Amino acid sequence: MTSNPLGTDAHPSAMVPPPQLHWLVRPETIRKLWVWGSVLLAALVAIEFAVQPHGYFGIDDTFAFNAWYGFLACVAMVIVAKGLGILLKRKDTYYDGD
Amino acid sequence: MTAIESFPPGMVLVLGAFALPFLRGSARAAWVLALPLITLALVWQVPDGKVLTVTILDYVLTPVSGDALSRLFAIIFSIMAFAGGLYALNHCRVTEIAAAFVYAGSAIGVVFAGDLVTLFVFWEIMALGSTTVLLTGGGGRSIPAALRYLTVHVMGGSLLLAGVIAQIDATGSVAFVAMKPDSLATWLILLGFLINAAAPPLSAWLPDAYPEASPGGMVFLSAFTTKTAVYVLIRGFPGAEILIFVGLFMVFYGIIYALLENDMRRILAYSIVNQVGFMITGIGIGTEMALNGAAAHAFTHIIYKALLLMSAGSVLLMTGKRKCSDLGGLFQSMPLTTICGIIGALSISSFPLTSGFVSKSMIAQAAIDDKLVIIWYLLAAASAGVFLHAGIKFPWFVFFQKDSGLRPPDPPLNMRLAMVFFAALCIAIGVFPGPLYALLPFPVTYVPYTAAHVLTILQLLLFSGLAFFVCLPLMKRTPTISLDSDWLYRRLLPTLVTALMATFGPLDQRIRLATLGLVGRTMDLVERVYGPNGLMARSVSSGTIVLWTVAFLCLFMLVYFLT
Repeated sequence: MTSNPLGTDAHPSAMVPPPQLHWLVRPETIRKLWVWGSVLLAALVAIEFAVQPHGYFGIDDTFAFNAWYGFLACVAMVIVAKGLGILLKRKDTYYDGD
Repeated sequence: MTAIESFPPGMVLVLGAFALPFLRGSARAAWVLALPLITLALVWQVPDGKVLTVTILDYVLTPVSGDALSRLFAIIFSIMAFAGGLYALNHCRVTEIAAAFVYAGSAIGVVFAGDLVTLFVFWEIMALGSTTVLLTGGGGRSIPAALRYLTVHVMGGSLLLAGVIAQIDATGSVAFVAMKPDSLATWLILLGFLINAAAPPLSAWLPDAYPEASPGGMVFLSAFTTKTAVYVLIRGFPGAEILIFVGLFMVFYGIIYALLENDMRRILAYSIVNQVGFMITGIGIGTEMALNGAAAHAFTHIIYKALLLMSAGSVLLMTGKRKCSDLGGLFQSMPLTTICGIIGALSISSFPLTSGFVSKSMIAQAAIDDKLVIIWYLLAAASAGVFLHAGIKFPWFVFFQKDSGLRPPDPPLNMRLAMVFFAALCIAIGVFPGPLYALLPFPVTYVPYTAAHVLTILQLLLFSGLAFFVCLPLMKRTPTISLDSDWLYRRLLPTLVTALMATFGPLDQRIRLATLGLVGRTMDLVERVYGPNGLMARSVSSGTIVLWTVAFLCLFMLVYFLT
């Protein structure tokens, strides 16, 4: 084994190359996705200085309403689901004896 | 009126399905693809007004009555039957496809029904067709699930029938026209409709039954029952305020249960309830904008939900696994299934340039126009929640997340074609909403693509996406199900009956034994007295009789002389 897929100088004992990770799930890609995702989110909020969506009922007229409202609504729903899960969740073999 | 124009379009599918088992190979495939297209052609030329009337007893029935709303639903049902048939060709049994076509054809029968009697008849054929799809398609678990499904629908059908009879009795008319829930008859009809819409409290029949069907079976099932219910509610109960609350409950119920769920097709089943909730809320608002929105959303929903289920069904068929906790990393070997699944997921989340964007936003706009402040806020939160539970959760856990090590290829050609067809429709409707808007029941003045609207939706959705990844540690998949109202008839009722038997069984047995003992003793007594050797049945010799007769005669004479 003269070269390994990562192109780094591997330890001589590493005769079998580690399985090549798909480019989409490599740590550096994921890091880039987070960076560009954050840039995109920031841009979406910044655009509001140019395109002002007019609100209809008051609170929705506040700055970046849809951004924080969407975020908070989702966090709230996840927490509510988590709470209800304590009461409602059963092993998925629960009905198997029926 | 030509004979072709007055032929009920749905009957092409219903009757044509019975020829399927007699065909083989490519002839069968051709017939599966041709039947929905013939139906579509017939649907397209159904004119406005009563097309076919039949007089039975004293009633004039209208099996075919056309207008824009009927045609809209019949068109999408035909397209759905075509894509579903294409998808099912390689892996569904012929009886299953035939049952699915009877089911689809009777759904088209419902949307063209001009009277309550025709509606009810097709409604019940739908129940039988869909039950057969469940019975023939799934594994061992599908049979009890199909029987539970049938039980709920027979109950719903009975409510509907009772309501129809009472309504005809009260009004003297069989016509299916807009009603108000203000009498027992109309309430019963409304309840019958709502059970098929998977409304509370019996929503659980849907996620209980549908995910037990075959991959192709569930694609068919997702389209017709709930959407015919949406159709009859649009026509029968537009503006009924209670529907707003029913719809909003369904919207959040679907999100919460989908968030808790681990089985990929059960996630999508809960999200059907969620999406139908949006439509029912629109019907409750009841303005032209809202009803257009509900109808348009039913149309786009059928396409993207079928697409999502085709994608999930392909994963199930190729891996044999259905739980998110067993899946992941499939994008590497199933790229087409992944892309189609993502397009479906973006459409259900109503991303700009997808079909959901141009339909669901009309319902929110109707809430704004009517100044329904709280409802609008709830709908906005729910839109964010859709992206959370279906838009990201489904593709993330099935195709990405941890690598499960599974490397199945994309499914066979017919399934790939069906997915590409529906994925293309999702985008086409999203980019060119004009043709869909032209089919809607009321004139459309709504413009979905304004800079402000696109921006608000993108903010709402992408920040929901951020919330998903921030909350990911809270959403670790667990091999669990969540208790739902089906628990009442799957667990509570059987437990109660068992407890009842355990408590009263011994008592019942004692009473039976005591009664039997009493009967036995009575029989013994009777036997002793009247039996062959009993007192009353003993044979007596004639000498004894003479002796006794003489003795009584003497006694009598003695008494006579003494007095």
